[in-house]
Amino acid sequence: MGRITNCFERLKDAGRQALIPYVTAGDPEPAVTVPLMHAMVAAGADIIELGVPFSDPMADGPVIQRAAERALRQGTSLRDVLAMVAEFRRQDASTPVVLMGYLNPLEVMGYDTFAKAAAEAGVDGVISVDLPPEEARDLLTALGGQGIDPIFLLAPTTDDIRIEKICAVASGYVYYVALKGVTGAAGLDVQSVADKLAQIGRHTGLPVAVGFGIKDADSAAAMAKVADAVVVGSSLVKKIEQNAGQSDRITQEITDVLARMRVAMDTHKDRSSP
Amino acid sequence: MTVQIKQAAGALPDDNGHFGPYGGRFVAETLMVPLRELQEAYDKYLSDDDFLNELDEDLRQFVGRPSPLYLAERWSAQLGGAQIYLKREDLNHTGAHKVNNTVGQALLAKRMGKTRIIAETGAGQHGVAAATVAARLGLKCVVYMGAVDIARQAINVYRMKLLGAEVVSVESGSKTLKDALNEAMRDWVTNIDDTFYIIGTVAGPHPYPAMVRDFQAIIGREARAQILDQAGRLPDALVACVGGGSNAIGLFYPFLDDSDVAVYGVEAAGHGLETGRHAAPLCAGRPGVLHGNRTYLMEDDNGQIIETHSISAGLDYPGVGPEHAWLKDEGRAQYVAISDDEALAAFHNLTRVEGIMPALESSHALAYAGKLASTMARNQIIVVNLSGRGDKDIHTVAALEGIKV
Ligand SMILES: Cc1ncc(COP(=O)(O)O)c(C=O)c1O
Repeated sequence: MGRITNCFERLKDAGRQALIPYVTAGDPEPAVTVPLMHAMVAAGADIIELGVPFSDPMADGPVIQRAAERALRQGTSLRDVLAMVAEFRRQDASTPVVLMGYLNPLEVMGYDTFAKAAAEAGVDGVISVDLPPEEARDLLTALGGQGIDPIFLLAPTTDDIRIEKICAVASGYVYYVALKGVTGAAGLDVQSVADKLAQIGRHTGLPVAVGFGIKDADSAAAMAKVADAVVVGSSLVKKIEQNAGQSDRITQEITDVLARMRVAMDTHKDRSSP
Repeated sequence: MTVQIKQAAGALPDDNGHFGPYGGRFVAETLMVPLRELQEAYDKYLSDDDFLNELDEDLRQFVGRPSPLYLAERWSAQLGGAQIYLKREDLNHTGAHKVNNTVGQALLAKRMGKTRIIAETGAGQHGVAAATVAARLGLKCVVYMGAVDIARQAINVYRMKLLGAEVVSVESGSKTLKDALNEAMRDWVTNIDDTFYIIGTVAGPHPYPAMVRDFQAIIGREARAQILDQAGRLPDALVACVGGGSNAIGLFYPFLDDSDVAVYGVEAAGHGLETGRHAAPLCAGRPGVLHGNRTYLMEDDNGQIIETHSISAGLDYPGVGPEHAWLKDEGRAQYVAISDDEALAAFHNLTRVEGIMPALESSHALAYAGKLASTMARNQIIVVNLSGRGDKDIHTVAALEGIKV
């Protein structure tokens, strides 16, 4: 069993939901990333989504776009990101790490080469935002051969036929994009997310993470009531932007946000479970 | 009269939008169902007589089609080789081939009940063509344009505003056409319910490359009939510039089964292919995935898209339509490149010799056609797609030559 599945089973037994922070690797500089990952785990993160910077992040809002630009200006490549994961693994053998990015850097490296290198580095899952299952066959084969979970997005527009098709090839968890829009957008509607999650639940037993539009402890707690995991990205990346050059403050502010989310998510559970 | 749009049954792309290994649908999940709906609407209206008649009427009465096929006699004589015919897309309403496509997509948008149109633009020609049809149909229009392009195509920016469009300056990435396309996609994902995204070239996710080609293929259908009528035979060669590749595929497509007709797509060599400062993915790039499809790209060893350079904003794009990638690999079309300087010389030459001022994009095709004609016999024929007129480029040309207008 992989680290991701393990993680969700442990959480399920404990009656808790996963907190999944996203940061872009190499932002604002490569040296910040690995210590930040450890600090996020200490602050209550269960899984880490590590962004692989890409020059044309079509599904991202301005905050994560600028993060990718900063990371690329520092020369952060896919190989560098894999090296960061390997370094993280030297001190943390259990926290799952999921790479999130766009397909082209994986294409250029070659799917097999990538999958092998990722497995060696200790990567557990891969999200390629611009890769629907229709185009994913070769990457799925490569990842499957290395025991890496392919994690797919589901969206408000996804219908039953597609939910079925996507869940059939996904493993680890599926990621529900909570709103029509890009990362960092506003307009999260808890009820419509709850309805969609119920629909998704009729097709799969995989854990469902919810992301896009979760900004603070309140929205994290609200989502934790209906989902198996909560992903928070732009509001953390904003802290990196505001404190670029001061890595201590970056770590401090991000861990503060996560700690508040952790408490809010767990407290509501204590209250609602009989 | 009903126009026929689709070529032979069984033609590419396949149902998933693939041209061999190229094309496809590489987008975030949110867009997959809207793309399927677009595909279904497009398939339906392609065989709908009312739709086709309305399109045909618009192309004649609003765009001014058919555009002439003009024999450039003085220029051909000067070159001393093949006879060069110019397909005069510069004479279309709004001054370029782009309007053929926006008229078609806007009719589709209306049929689908969309009230808001978005578009990306580089040179501004597609933005103007989109703003024009939006004005005519009473649709709201937002055009995304890179900040760099806004600076070098000021006249078109003002034209779009006069037409009632909102022009959004895109400040991310390289601030050119590719970034405008990213931003338009982000808008679309956010406003799918009421918004129709009119892509301006044969790029993007399926069905755009096929749909835009089909709307632009009017160029080649007319040219084929005209050359048979005017010269009594098919041409020996076709030449068109390639940015995303819509004017080129529009000319080429109806001739692809005519195996004796040689096909040349002309990319922008910028400062020269050897300098790396160019926009020629087919000549000097390699396959990858960008903007929803797999195609040739300008990218570095880490899969990051690299900045392009061309004197003409409309060719300044790091990708190219997937059908061109396939035609290249199949050997059915050849792709060549023309530098900034060569294009500029062709711009001046056609203006002085024929009294026709071409767009800088089209000037790349003209420059290559000139070279090619010199190697051919006087009884041979080249058809060049004169994709647009040069008024929009006057400031660029003047600035390069140190003249203040
Ligand atoms: C006059 C003209 N020709 C050519 C192009 C290039 O586009 P495409 O390759 O899609 O025809 C443009 C784009 O703006 C243009 O304005």
